[in-house]
Amino acid sequence: MIRFNKVNKWFGRDHHVLKNITLEVKQGEVVVVCGPSGSGKSTLIRTINQLEPVNDGVIIVDGITITDPKTNINKVREEVGFVFQHFNLYPHLTVLENITLAPIQVRKMEKAAAEQLGVELLERVGLLNKKDVYPAQLSGGQQQRVAIARGLAMRPKVMLFDEPTSALDPEMIGEVLKVMQDLAESGMTMVVVTHEMGFAREVSDRVIFLDHGEILEDAKPEDFFTNPQHERAKQFLRQILAPMHQ
Amino acid sequence: MDFSSIVSALPDLLQGMLLTLKLLVFAVAGGIALGTLLALARLSSNRLLSFLAGFYVNYFRSIPLLLVITWFYFIVPFMLAWATGKMHPVGAFASSLVAFMMFEAAYYCEIVRAGIQSIPKGQVNAAYALGLNYHQAMRLVVLPQAFRKMAPLLLQQSIILFQDTALVYAVGLMDFLNTARSRGDITGQLHEFLLFAGVIYFVLSFIASRIVLRLQSKLAVGQN
Ligand SMILES: Nc1ncnc2c1ncn2[C@@H]1O[C@H](COP(=O)(O)OP(=O)(O)O)[C@@H](O)[C@H]1O
Ligand SMILES: [Mg+2]
Repeated sequence: MIRFNKVNKWFGRDHHVLKNITLEVKQGEVVVVCGPSGSGKSTLIRTINQLEPVNDGVIIVDGITITDPKTNINKVREEVGFVFQHFNLYPHLTVLENITLAPIQVRKMEKAAAEQLGVELLERVGLLNKKDVYPAQLSGGQQQRVAIARGLAMRPKVMLFDEPTSALDPEMIGEVLKVMQDLAESGMTMVVVTHEMGFAREVSDRVIFLDHGEILEDAKPEDFFTNPQHERAKQFLRQILAPMHQ
Repeated sequence: MDFSSIVSALPDLLQGMLLTLKLLVFAVAGGIALGTLLALARLSSNRLLSFLAGFYVNYFRSIPLLLVITWFYFIVPFMLAWATGKMHPVGAFASSLVAFMMFEAAYYCEIVRAGIQSIPKGQVNAAYALGLNYHQAMRLVVLPQAFRKMAPLLLQQSIILFQDTALVYAVGLMDFLNTARSRGDITGQLHEFLLFAGVIYFVLSFIASRIVLRLQSKLAVGQN
């Protein structure tokens, strides 16, 4: 479904943020990407829908070579949902309008059909009663669930998540992870940048560990957690799994 | 002071006010539309486009409005003649309207540009991520938010424009102030007429600035 072949990206002349990334995500697979802050996780996941262009290498999504300059990138983005750390809901639109905007404008869906779809998706994320309110009136967890519904409204083949719970208060993380878990169980192909190791262990099929723009580990969760190969990964796991040190 | 002749001049004054308001409404609409296009051009990644828009804005912000109004009065008929091959009588109203639109667009441009720049990058990213193209992202996501944010400033600029419409006396248009002045001359009650005009300008501008304030506090509450 997603294939990276020797992808490199620089910011400016000498900041090498993605180093020779080669990676494959199969249909229906759930892949967690983790690594220290600044290691390039966001950049990596954003290259999958070309919110970040790359300097060289090939990225293929659903059979389409998106790194080919001739590719119509908007067409690919229609098939790839993206959930941001800070939700990025449209504040001037209601919850339902947030969800129906792209289906109506991009997919040219009838308004009534799009609204029907929106209602179904809101039901799925448990927020049907909020369909006519504005995002500012929702909690962070609710906003993120709406953002997921908004992504799903395009009926994407892949969903990408960039730290979807790290801007949330702790008591709201669970409700978002639950929605993501249901989605994973429904067979969605997902790439998730997260430090929620519980989610990685229970839901994901594979864990990728990124450090300084390089993939150091690409393993099944049980192997990653019990037997990481690199010292940097061990150190990362010790830090992240240690009880809150404050 | 003798205000008696103002009463009999009221129909004329009303005519003048209608011209002023007509000029205002069209100039605001045209100025904001053109200003928005200029703002998008200034923010465009196309260097040439951005340079040209920048030049336009800086040029019109550096010359007096009175100059633009008189200049357009003479030049617009020639431009039309050049474009269409024959002379058209244009009239002071049309040429003034074009002058106001083009002049005010430079100011509206800067307001809209600041508004666009104040919208977080994540909004555009979210629009792109859903497959919207640049035009859809601007029209449906960025500009509605930018206009909402900038509504007080746009209105403020329009109040200034309202006062500036009085400059059309230079090309002989009978707007509100020019009507008042001329009726004052005829009746020998110039002071009274000017005083009356001043009160009317003040009241209208004052009401509009109260609306700006209301808008500002409402927007401050609505922010997330
Ligand atoms: N737009 C940008 N311009 C320049 N440098 C950037 C930009 N975005 C990210 N970086 C740099 O690239 C590196 C990787 O960033 P990022 O992918 O956001 O890391 P992560 O998500 O793992 O924290 C960081 O060093 C960051 O400072
Ligand atoms: Mg990040």
